[in-house]
Amino acid sequence: MQTRPILAANDALGRAPARGAAARAFRAAERALDRAFGPEANPLRQLGALAFHLFWIVAATGAYLYVFFDTSLAGAYESVEALTAGQWWAGGVMRSVHRYASDAFVLVMLVHLARELAHGRFRGFRWFSWLSGVPLLWLAVAAGVTGYWLVWDELALFLAVATAEWFGWLPGFGAALVRNFLFAEAVSDRFFSLVVFLHIGVPLMLLLGMWVHIQRITRPQTRPEPALGWGTLATLVILSLVRPAVSGAPADLAAAPESVPLDWFYLAGFPLVYEWSPGALWIASGAGTLLLAMLPWLALARRPPAARVDLAQCNGCGRCFADCPYGAVVMAPRTDGKPHGTQALVLPDLCASCGICVGACPSSTPFRRAETLTTGIDLPQLPIGELRARLDDALARLSGEAKVVVFGCDCAADVRSLAGPGVAALSLPCAGMAPPAFLEYALRGGADGVLVTGCPPHDCEYRFGARWTAERLAGGREPRLRANVPQERLCVRWAAAEDLAALGHELAGLRATLALAPAEAGVAPARLRREPETGNG
Amino acid sequence: MGNAVRYLGQGIAYALFAVVVGYFATSPPYRYLGPDEGLLRLSFKHPGKVKADCRRRTPEELARLQPQFRTEMDCPRERSPVRVRVELDERLLYDDVFPPAGLSRDGASSGYRRLPIGAGTHTLRVQVNDDVRVAGFNFERAARVDVKPGQVVLIDFNPEQGGVIIR
Ligand code: HEM
Ligand code: SF4
Ligand code: SF4
Repeated sequence: MQTRPILAANDALGRAPARGAAARAFRAAERALDRAFGPEANPLRQLGALAFHLFWIVAATGAYLYVFFDTSLAGAYESVEALTAGQWWAGGVMRSVHRYASDAFVLVMLVHLARELAHGRFRGFRWFSWLSGVPLLWLAVAAGVTGYWLVWDELALFLAVATAEWFGWLPGFGAALVRNFLFAEAVSDRFFSLVVFLHIGVPLMLLLGMWVHIQRITRPQTRPEPALGWGTLATLVILSLVRPAVSGAPADLAAAPESVPLDWFYLAGFPLVYEWSPGALWIASGAGTLLLAMLPWLALARRPPAARVDLAQCNGCGRCFADCPYGAVVMAPRTDGKPHGTQALVLPDLCASCGICVGACPSSTPFRRAETLTTGIDLPQLPIGELRARLDDALARLSGEAKVVVFGCDCAADVRSLAGPGVAALSLPCAGMAPPAFLEYALRGGADGVLVTGCPPHDCEYRFGARWTAERLAGGREPRLRANVPQERLCVRWAAAEDLAALGHELAGLRATLALAPAEAGVAPARLRREPETGNG
Repeated sequence: MGNAVRYLGQGIAYALFAVVVGYFATSPPYRYLGPDEGLLRLSFKHPGKVKADCRRRTPEELARLQPQFRTEMDCPRERSPVRVRVELDERLLYDDVFPPAGLSRDGASSGYRRLPIGAGTHTLRVQVNDDVRVAGFNFERAARVDVKPGQVVLIDFNPEQGGVIIR
């Protein structure tokens, strides 16, 4: 008998997520906040959604400020003062929330970037999400800087001069650019109209960029969990009341303030115009941006092959399309003349090779006699036939009482370490790859129980692995686990890499329960399937 | 974990968030000048004199030109670079040459320099040359300036307003 070692499907491809020091630090913080907020409202698990939320807060407060803002040179400063002092309870709070929400936007964006970086989520199929995130950094800063100009206080003048000095280094602008802010006669109402235009236009471009950024993500989460959203807003309002945003002295072209109160979220680059030089800052920021943008291609990692469609097994049901977390499946007109209307088509460049589509396909059922089992959509590195063969093999080797098959995930707690005489472990690229029929097959094939595990729902490397699996097993999503499968023999316990010990306890508990109620011997489907092969070693 | 502990944890997280946002929104301030410093700025935009005078073309030269270019006068458009020399308290600060803009060097020269200087009374001497055909400098101004901390002293150049301007 050929032995098939039970290995993690993607061991050879190094697919387990990054676990460097930065990743471990982030995971520790994520798990700590899980305990305080619950995983579903954990801010670290929805930074992108939080950034969207903050953007809308900034937009709404900005609209209020715009109503009262005087877009003339003479009136700008006074109109902001009137808002701040004259109606502190409304305009003042609006102004402060506008500022602090903008600051929080940058903070959240930077933590989002750092987190994706730490977890290694910039490589391979994620290149588009990463690359489209990079311009958002520049757009966000540009939006904030133009906002500070509008106040036309000493800080605004400092920024205007520093910006002109910085851009003056570029060939197209020249050293004369700064003259616009050195002479009172040069600063005009037209300048203010331009800044207002920029301060509305750049955020609109930012919003467009944010929209592009989430184009390749199925069902992107752009709204934070409500409690977190309200909590964030309340925090910003309290901060605004405790420490209202105020202007400096009015801009005076004959004065250079000794120091300016910088908003480091937006303006941290400006001191470098002077500490280094305009040219050095251009070179550093340009090179930094380029490096960041090229990161997905600098990190040479072999990409596992993309999912592949087998038209003979595809009936065009669209379940793979519905479940793919990265929009890598599209439904296309049928090319083989079958009457189904549509067929699945994989866009290899977007495919994460997670296998969630395999778990979704109705053809992925092991109760078929075909010697080589094939399905509608499959992973070349771990085809469904191979998966069934491994399962058969594992079932045949199970011994003792309370025999359990564990279906796990390469990204989560390492289930291979749980294997033993009475426990077989199959580690898949994602828990979502396991078709529910496979669990039933394991139970009918001699296992007394099945344990399904993988990354917890809000911690899933492929976003929806745990969620879809739970819904399929609970009967709320196709393909459903058949109702006649005894629920008491099935245990679902999500466990991140750090939760291995807890998973071990869960397994021990399951086996203790099963030992009290052994399964009635059923007809092993594996034997059924081998009938036609008689005489064939 | 008890609910009280959970809410305490959330409170700490929100407070930390507010402190980070509130603090870095204005602090620490950026010290742009020393406490006893003013700022000397030189900024000008000025087209230098054309490098060479117009010249009458000889009949032979005219004949060699394509008909549409046969104008009698040959007026080179290239301008002189602008040289600016600044002395503060008889110490040389700059002596820089600013080339004219444009591919055919027929545009204005522009320059910008900034330098923090100590507060107090200084003598400032600015010399400008905008014509290669003149040796030395064709504009000059010297002035005593009383610089207060945080004050900007601006050097500009505009022949129509009398040449070097200090204010
Ligand atoms: C304006 C700021 C930004 C906003 C509003 C934003 C928003 C989002 C959202 C909503 C998601 C989807 C999360 C989900 O539903 O799973 C996402 C994913 C992602 N973002 Fe951003 N983002 C921003 C900036 C950035 C930046 C600057 C980068 C990096 C350069 C970046 C890199 C990524 C990556 C790699 C993903 C994919 C994560 C995955 O595939 O699991 N983002 N972002
Ligand atoms: S393997 Fe994952 S990313 Fe690729 S098509 Fe299937 S579900 Fe989509
Ligand atoms: S789930 Fe399977 S059968 Fe349905 S469209 Fe996708 S590949 Fe075809």
